[in-house]
Amino acid sequence: MSFWLVLTVNSVTFGGLLFLLSAGFSLIFGLMRIPNLTHGSLFMLGAYVGATFVVGLLGFQLNFWLAAVIATLTVAAAGALAERLLLRQLPGDQLAQVLVTLGLSFMAADFCLMVWGGDPLSVETPGGLGGFARFGVAVFPIYRLAIIAIAVVVALGLWLLLDRTRLGAMIRAGVDDPDMARVVGIRVSQLFTIVFALGAGLAAFAGIIGGPILSVYPGLDQDMLPLALVVVILGGSGSLLGSFVGSIIVGFIYNFGQALLPELAYFVLFMPMLLVLLLRPQGLFGRHVP
Amino acid sequence: MARKFTRRKFMAGTAMGVAAATFKFPAPAIAQAAPFKLGLLTVKTGPLAQGGIQMEQGVVTYLKEKSYTFAGRKVEFISADTGGSPAGTKTKAQELVEREKVDAILGPLAAFELLAITDYIKEQKTPMLSLAGAEDMTQRRPNPYFLRPSATSAQAMHPMADFAAKELKLKKVITISEDFAFGHEQMGGFQQTFEEAGGRIVNKIWPPLVTPDYTPFVAQIADCDGVCQGFAGSNPLRFLKTYAAAGLKFPVVTGETGGDDALLRSFGDEALGMYSCCPYTLDYANDSNKRFVAAMQKDYGIDPGFYAAGLYVAAAVVDAGLQKNNGKSDDKEAFVKALRSVDLKDTPRGQIKFDHFGNVVGDFFIRRVEKVNGKLVNKTLKTYNNVSQFWTYDEKKFLAAPVYSRNYPPLKT
Amino acid sequence: MSARNLAIALAFLALVTLPFWMPGIYYINVGSQILFYAIFALGLNVLVGYAGLVSLGHAGLFGVAAYATGYMLQLGYGHTEAILVALVIGVASMALYAVLSLRSTGIGFIMITLALGEILWGLAYRWISLTGGDNGINVPTRPAPFGYSLTVPTTFYYVTLIIFVASVVLSAVFVNSPFGASLMGTRDQPRRMNALGYHVWMIRFYACLFSGLLTALSGILFVYYTQFISPQTLSLTSSAEVLLMVISGGPGTLLGPIVGAGLVVVVKNVVSGFIERWNFLLGAIFVAIVILMPEGLVPGTARLWRLAFRKRAKPVKTETPS
Repeated sequence: MSFWLVLTVNSVTFGGLLFLLSAGFSLIFGLMRIPNLTHGSLFMLGAYVGATFVVGLLGFQLNFWLAAVIATLTVAAAGALAERLLLRQLPGDQLAQVLVTLGLSFMAADFCLMVWGGDPLSVETPGGLGGFARFGVAVFPIYRLAIIAIAVVVALGLWLLLDRTRLGAMIRAGVDDPDMARVVGIRVSQLFTIVFALGAGLAAFAGIIGGPILSVYPGLDQDMLPLALVVVILGGSGSLLGSFVGSIIVGFIYNFGQALLPELAYFVLFMPMLLVLLLRPQGLFGRHVP
Repeated sequence: MARKFTRRKFMAGTAMGVAAATFKFPAPAIAQAAPFKLGLLTVKTGPLAQGGIQMEQGVVTYLKEKSYTFAGRKVEFISADTGGSPAGTKTKAQELVEREKVDAILGPLAAFELLAITDYIKEQKTPMLSLAGAEDMTQRRPNPYFLRPSATSAQAMHPMADFAAKELKLKKVITISEDFAFGHEQMGGFQQTFEEAGGRIVNKIWPPLVTPDYTPFVAQIADCDGVCQGFAGSNPLRFLKTYAAAGLKFPVVTGETGGDDALLRSFGDEALGMYSCCPYTLDYANDSNKRFVAAMQKDYGIDPGFYAAGLYVAAAVVDAGLQKNNGKSDDKEAFVKALRSVDLKDTPRGQIKFDHFGNVVGDFFIRRVEKVNGKLVNKTLKTYNNVSQFWTYDEKKFLAAPVYSRNYPPLKT
Repeated sequence: MSARNLAIALAFLALVTLPFWMPGIYYINVGSQILFYAIFALGLNVLVGYAGLVSLGHAGLFGVAAYATGYMLQLGYGHTEAILVALVIGVASMALYAVLSLRSTGIGFIMITLALGEILWGLAYRWISLTGGDNGINVPTRPAPFGYSLTVPTTFYYVTLIIFVASVVLSAVFVNSPFGASLMGTRDQPRRMNALGYHVWMIRFYACLFSGLLTALSGILFVYYTQFISPQTLSLTSSAEVLLMVISGGPGTLLGPIVGAGLVVVVKNVVSGFIERWNFLLGAIFVAIVILMPEGLVPGTARLWRLAFRKRAKPVKTETPS
């Protein structure tokens, strides 16, 4: 019985982490129409930068949350830079943009290996969130439950940003109809930079939040990117609700698939993505066909 | 961090030196005074890079100790990065054999890399010394040009199982390891010896090599009194974290990759109390090991583990074999014979020799992770002497049984 | 003889005599690799360059053909049967890919092929009872057509060269045929083509089949070359690599993918021996090409050439597929 309970709870917590990872991906895909193949690298980069301070590789240690903020801002800045210097050079050419993100992901992976070496870094659970919660017969680590709370808070924050601010309104307009948005005087290209930085920062934040569970190691990027893709295709690009629901669904498929159908684990993970693409290309909650 | 940069710079420096030295096309005839060419197949990019980089450090440490001279011949060292893929391994093996015309190859790292090139090596008759697991390379499908100075996949698991049953008094154990040959063979060896000693394996769990979150697998661990894990790379780290996070407290036993000394600096307290069996242990107190550890700490600022030590010993075997063969390496058959007859008394892992399949016979150490001065260390509890790949079994009977696999020995229900 | 034909003749001559002037077997083997990866890239180029359909799942097809060969041999069949079955399975898989992915174009097509590629990778990786998982499948022997054993590197090179030349000729005929023209029509003006009475879907479908044939051929050559197949060959990274070959060389040209294949194989196998951070270099090269020479190395160089010699050539209109 505890087996099912543990899997169920873990599906939700893993879903929470996936939401942090994929919300930014979804915004970028929704607004800029490019599947950003560096998203896994941004996640890994965030995890490495954060871990550098948590573990104390530079000779001093920082509080986990402070390290998370530094990682988020650093990677957001790197994202903005990549958008300004590279993606900006290729307006409207989605194919070239896909390729640039692909090339950047090769470079980022090797860069991490160059700077941090091959040793996996283990990130300590932040203070106060260690220990266990008891659910009848099953125990569950408090940190994993905290991830659900963090995901919900971030989701609410993003919702407020998108729904209640002027910037959010411009982003939504850009997602729905970029041409019309331009006509009414929204500087869509500037929005691109902002959204790309926001997405990159969210991915980095997810990376450091995931650190205590996943640890940080070379290859983390390739492990996470496909999951983000599945989430966004399932939920629909540009939709916050879609990312949230998609993340939880993928959390369940991933956990139960690995445990119950190990031989078909990846088949059951990618099959829903394929079905959605074929039957409902805009995704479950998406507003437009990518 | 500063240290890391200097290490990188140093390695880049040597790589460039090697590059400069090897850029010219190979001379056709090799005179006897010609340098001895030693190739290394390792992984320096991608997820397996950690062990691969340490492999190179182990070799370089030995070469520096001997001033790049084996049996009076200058050693030219050529390191090739396979990228951790079987196809890459094949190409790089070709580069070493066909372009560089190396006299011996060290590596590769992973069993699937080794399997991808074993036929090729046999064709090319190049002596190869690897630490990859693949049991049958020195058992049912022997390769006359192959030596394994480290251990077969199961070689450390036989004594580990003996210790688990007799000293830890475990009765019901669940095994969990990556779903590929190295994992299958480790767990098979553990099961064989453990069940003969009166224990029982109650479940075998096989997560894939790439598993971001181990919870779906850890959730299946119940109704047992011990766990045997056989993870490699960075996976032991994540497995143990998840294991501890699930509140599980059963004792954990593992092999050389799961409890590697070099991994301890990445572990947290969740590793405390884990037992491992390894053909090398950092706290082994002989001169050779002290020298090796001091050199690794000085040059790279790290405690060496199984990968670095394994390749350091492999280089020592090549050195000794070349001396035995009077510095000659052009007759490959005589050279490989000399290599296999090497009997070294003083290596960082103690005395080693080879059986007639070219597999190592040596000491294996049972250790437990403890905390000394705030630092995790493997403390050696017991040494099993002269362990062969066949453990205490009769060789003929052992070889007549199928190779350890996912389903052999079968799970008793 | 025009300069162009002269260049082609010279290149052909260089390829045929390559084993005689290359300094060793190693380089002949690198040559074989470039050739079969070039076939793979040509196969993908049919879709990317001429149909405007970008596939990020082609390594799955490549791998399926390789696995089929390995699996048939493992079952005890001969090389002929194995190769034929692998070709059929390879093309049939492409047909299935096409039926599913041709519902969409642009990014939709990319995502569907990506999902299909990941599904095939996932099956190869986890369906252990069929594929052996990470342990892979060994192919112990190479065939010996007409008594010439392909275990000899030079023989393998020539057989690969023959298949390569056949693939290039076939591609050239395909592209220059009326069918090729209509395919490019569906790339540039799908609606107009439809209005003109062309069956756009069917044209694209046939193009897919042709692409699948070349891909399967290269997959079979690959598995005989490495004599080993494991899931990594089907991974997203492999799909990305072959796509990068096409794009970096110049999609929609015959020479482009060949040059791209050469570039990638040389950086991966030769340059990596000298530069430790070759992955970084590879990534940087692609970013640079996309930014500086978005049309690819071959058309880009041609443009610079014309610019340098100030020929009053008519500007070539390059259509970027959307």
